[in-house]
Amino acid sequence: MNEFLQFLAEPIAQRSLWACGVIGFSNGFVSALVVLRKSSLQIGTISCALLPGIALAILLFGLVQLSILAGAIIAGLLVGLGSLFLSRTSRIDHDAALSILHATAFAIGYIILIRLGLQQKVDDWLFGNIMSMGNVDLWISYAVSALAILTITALHRPLLIYLFDPRAAATMGIPTRAFSYGIFALIILVLVSSLQAVGAFLTLGLLVAPAATMYLITDDAAALFWGGGLIGGLGSITAFFLSYPLGWHLGATIIVVMGIIFLLAYFFAPKHGIVFRNIRQNGKNEA
Amino acid sequence: MVTTHDHICWGGGVHHHGGHNLTVSGLRVSYRDVEALRDISFSTHCGHTLALMGPNGAGKSTLIHALAGFVQAQAGTMLWNGQDLLHTRHEIAFVPQRSAVDWQFPITVRQLVEMGRYPTLGIWKRVSEHDKHIVNKALETLQLGDLQHRRIGELSGGQQQRAFLARALAQEAHILLLDEPFTGLDVPGMQSLGQQLRQLADEGRLIIASHHNLNNAAELFDQTLLLNKETIAFGATADVLCPEHLHRAFGFSPAATTHL
Repeated sequence: MNEFLQFLAEPIAQRSLWACGVIGFSNGFVSALVVLRKSSLQIGTISCALLPGIALAILLFGLVQLSILAGAIIAGLLVGLGSLFLSRTSRIDHDAALSILHATAFAIGYIILIRLGLQQKVDDWLFGNIMSMGNVDLWISYAVSALAILTITALHRPLLIYLFDPRAAATMGIPTRAFSYGIFALIILVLVSSLQAVGAFLTLGLLVAPAATMYLITDDAAALFWGGGLIGGLGSITAFFLSYPLGWHLGATIIVVMGIIFLLAYFFAPKHGIVFRNIRQNGKNEA
Repeated sequence: MVTTHDHICWGGGVHHHGGHNLTVSGLRVSYRDVEALRDISFSTHCGHTLALMGPNGAGKSTLIHALAGFVQAQAGTMLWNGQDLLHTRHEIAFVPQRSAVDWQFPITVRQLVEMGRYPTLGIWKRVSEHDKHIVNKALETLQLGDLQHRRIGELSGGQQQRAFLARALAQEAHILLLDEPFTGLDVPGMQSLGQQLRQLADEGRLIIASHHNLNNAAELFDQTLLLNKETIAFGATADVLCPEHLHRAFGFSPAATTHL
């Protein structure tokens, strides 16, 4: 315990704690978009497709944070928007196009990284390592979090109309094409900026589970965003305090905590959890 | 039966000189190389309930989507009071087919109806007393007052249809476009929706809906556009749905129950 308190006094520990809170909150907040758009798997595939962008950036510019981020964003957008384009211009559906592009991209990225002799780094990108995030990484991540939360809050009204009923949104003068691409771009931006914290494989948990959990608790769309943010943030902080004493990998612990919170809601949520729903139904049957 | 002068426009600010007129002429819509509609022409005005009828694949939905601006016409014009319909898009409210709606979406009836105020409110403006009044009135008109805090997924089919109509009213739209509104409703639900549409039309709106049931069309709609890629007939429902027209649209003469 003493050892843990000593560790907490270290600047790197405090920095990681902050990072957990902020990244957890922003990912949880944005997860409402992913859940309401029903695009969880899409986002999962894109997160893996970021790898070649990272690899190419390192190949061209070396291990420079900003270029790595830019590379990841470009790769994510290319695969994401490229798959939209492929599906709109051929008879292949979006899921299939995305699967092909993402697998190909991931393979290319893996080959380049191994060729560059960066096996060690590969682990960090796939599974995350908050401790390894430098100051620049953190500030970029904080800035992206703020941008995402502000944008979503400011555009809340048209955003919900678009998410619920894109066609009616179009008749109401909401630029649906721009919203479609904009939401996609925003999710990818958040994904990339928190990639180093939870990694390409695990990030899906943080970008889906918080709002999915809220979905079982509330019937209010706005609560999905703020509640998702709280679950993401507090869950990640909890994971931070669990991972050190247990000696568990921090990124993985965050995702495990998210999974547990989700399962708890699945069983015990007052309105949509299966336990109370069954109790209510039994009550009705007996009455 | 149809009056064109006493309109009820809740929001005001719109002037009616002899009623609003919708004129579609020579409309052609194709998807890539496949022609979905050609040379569709008709002219109607508010106060009417207009059914778009024809066999499957006749282009009923396509025409609704073209009027709503979801698909672009390759040729022809759609004029609303002499102006391009798509330049006055706030005049149009679209009611989606029930199967196209995500009923699990976390939104209450009231929140759904409030969405209709968006064209007036935009992104930033605060919801005023006037807006609340209009939302309340829309809920009342469609007898949804008691259900306003229910989640939309908890409503019956007829109630769901009415909730979307209430949004259209809150939008203060003059043209209501409905995609197969009667599909999947039971008989009482169908009758009450039919009366509701009639009343909304009598108040000065133009109701346009795709519809496939020949047996009840004359009860529910006073005008019909019978089409099969192109216009077969247009006019009063009873006149349009005569054996000769039906034969041309469907390639056979459906049962005699259509003579109403």
